[in-house]
Amino acid sequence: MADPDRRTIPGELARFAVRNPLSAAGGVVGLLIIVMAIAAPWIAPADPLKTNFRRMNKPPDAQAFFGTDQVGRDTLSRVIYGARTSLFVAFAAVLLGTTVGSLWGVACGYLGGRFDLASQRIMEILQAFPDLILALAISMAMGTGLPAVIVAIAITRLPFGGRVIRSVAITVREMAYVEAGRATGASAFRIMRLHVLPQCVAPYLVLATTHLGVAIVIEAALGFLGVGVPPPTATWGNMLADSITGLVPSWWLVFFPGLAITITVLAFNLLGDGIRDTLDPRLSPGFLRLVTGAGRAAPAPAVMTVPRTDTAS
Amino acid sequence: MSKYLARRALFALTTLVGVSVIIFVVLRVLPGDPLVAILGVEGIARMMPADRVRIMHDLGLSDPLAVQYVHWLRDIASGQLGKSFFRGDTVAELILRRGPISAEIGLLALVVSWLVGLPIGILSAVKPNSLVDNVARSLAIFFIAIPGFWLGMLIVLALLFWFGYKAPIIIVQAWDSPWQNLQIVIGPAIVLGLAQGAYIARMSRSCLLEVIHEDYVRTARAKGALERNVILNHALPNALLPVITISGVLLGFVLGGSVAVEQAFGVPGLGRALVTALVERDIIVVQNLVLLYAVIFVLVNLLVDLSYAWLDPRIRYG
Repeated sequence: MADPDRRTIPGELARFAVRNPLSAAGGVVGLLIIVMAIAAPWIAPADPLKTNFRRMNKPPDAQAFFGTDQVGRDTLSRVIYGARTSLFVAFAAVLLGTTVGSLWGVACGYLGGRFDLASQRIMEILQAFPDLILALAISMAMGTGLPAVIVAIAITRLPFGGRVIRSVAITVREMAYVEAGRATGASAFRIMRLHVLPQCVAPYLVLATTHLGVAIVIEAALGFLGVGVPPPTATWGNMLADSITGLVPSWWLVFFPGLAITITVLAFNLLGDGIRDTLDPRLSPGFLRLVTGAGRAAPAPAVMTVPRTDTAS
Repeated sequence: MSKYLARRALFALTTLVGVSVIIFVVLRVLPGDPLVAILGVEGIARMMPADRVRIMHDLGLSDPLAVQYVHWLRDIASGQLGKSFFRGDTVAELILRRGPISAEIGLLALVVSWLVGLPIGILSAVKPNSLVDNVARSLAIFFIAIPGFWLGMLIVLALLFWFGYKAPIIIVQAWDSPWQNLQIVIGPAIVLGLAQGAYIARMSRSCLLEVIHEDYVRTARAKGALERNVILNHALPNALLPVITISGVLLGFVLGGSVAVEQAFGVPGLGRALVTALVERDIIVVQNLVLLYAVIFVLVNLLVDLSYAWLDPRIRYG
């Protein structure tokens, strides 16, 4: 048998799956959806943009499993292609927002002082907006398009990274080894890069996974409200928006895109829960609340911050 | 306490000033020409440059940005909040007409979330890992994941197909016809309330589990108090503080979510007004409505913070 101390990636994954079966299931489903998005041209039975006026508004049948929309486009194909846009926007926005926010948080926590004070005020102001409303305003102002939607969602994610990683950086700053680094004359940049940043990787991963689901819902809501990625691009939100243009909405046009959103969000949320439990052995509820933005960890300091949940639905 | 209150209020005020500056900057870097939205592309093409200058001047859009911002502050101070580009009425009138329905939805959603979330959270915490607990937690995970506006669309569809029922889509105030009004607000309130209730159930469960093993709870049991009393009178009050906080925090979720949910139900509330204004690029309406949402959010969280200090005597901020 293998050396029990030796850690292999498959072994670690198996351990993760045994300890968190639900999260592992979420991870598998999430992976399948990602594969579906990447392989869309080979999986989709039809062109998602091709209209067919002979087959308009048909309920699900043998020719189109999910039915067709008002201009005869195949709903199944649009749902599959929709995964591309929706996932791309969500991943890009979370990567951008959480990364920039986290780096900002490292700088705030390590440097402290006036820079930290000013940054904290900016983050508080950003958090004073309900997520979806901030994203709506930014997306509209930037002239709806793929980059606008990504940036709009990313900006709503900034303060979360900033807050959580800042608190980690503050703790790390006081550690003996960091002090030793300072004593040897290392620059602030070098210490942040080599000593503080590695400590922030675990909370960063937790943050990124917990915010993926939120980003997907915000993207869908923007599309649904008509300020998302412009049509005719198939996104789940756009499909829901299109579905209510008819006088009598067709149930299949409402049901399937929404089901796709729900399954995806559910999968990523479950995966995120598992990653959070695994990467945070302390499992202190305070830390969890900080990460999810739900509630206050301890009696807050005099300058109180407004914690936030992150879902807009 | 009053000193603390004053400082918190001042703090909230400066945050709101920052909020207004951000809204203003974001909306003024708008690349689209507001006149295109008002007159249409053809109208713009036929317009003389002199007309353009005059109209921009009339709308106050040709002033320097700083002057426009001061004008906005003046409009806020006057209570009128400026005029819509398209309709003659002021934004204040718009809010008075459409606000009550949205406010009702928000308050009802709050009530629903506590009525659903708290009992479930308590039941879960009393018997952790039991069948009830597992079912409740699965439902919570599900309701957190499901987008409210989609759930709303499904409800509307189901009622229409199976019962041929459609809620009124006109503005009916509660004082004119309570019954019709209720039919408008009940759907969005339940959808928004369930999602919040899921968070409240989760939070109250974990907080109750934290305190339930503390010494004072054991003492209460040891002196022979009924289990119901131990939970409701001894454990619960201490577990509730974070739940109250999360309820305030969730308001952001309701405020944002209500925009999409109102659209799904076809409710003529403030959220619909905001979406319409966004699509029409009616900057004056958008900036005031976004500010209003932020003001409500900041004020409620201020109230939550203050209630914290009031409910928990240990917390006294100097």
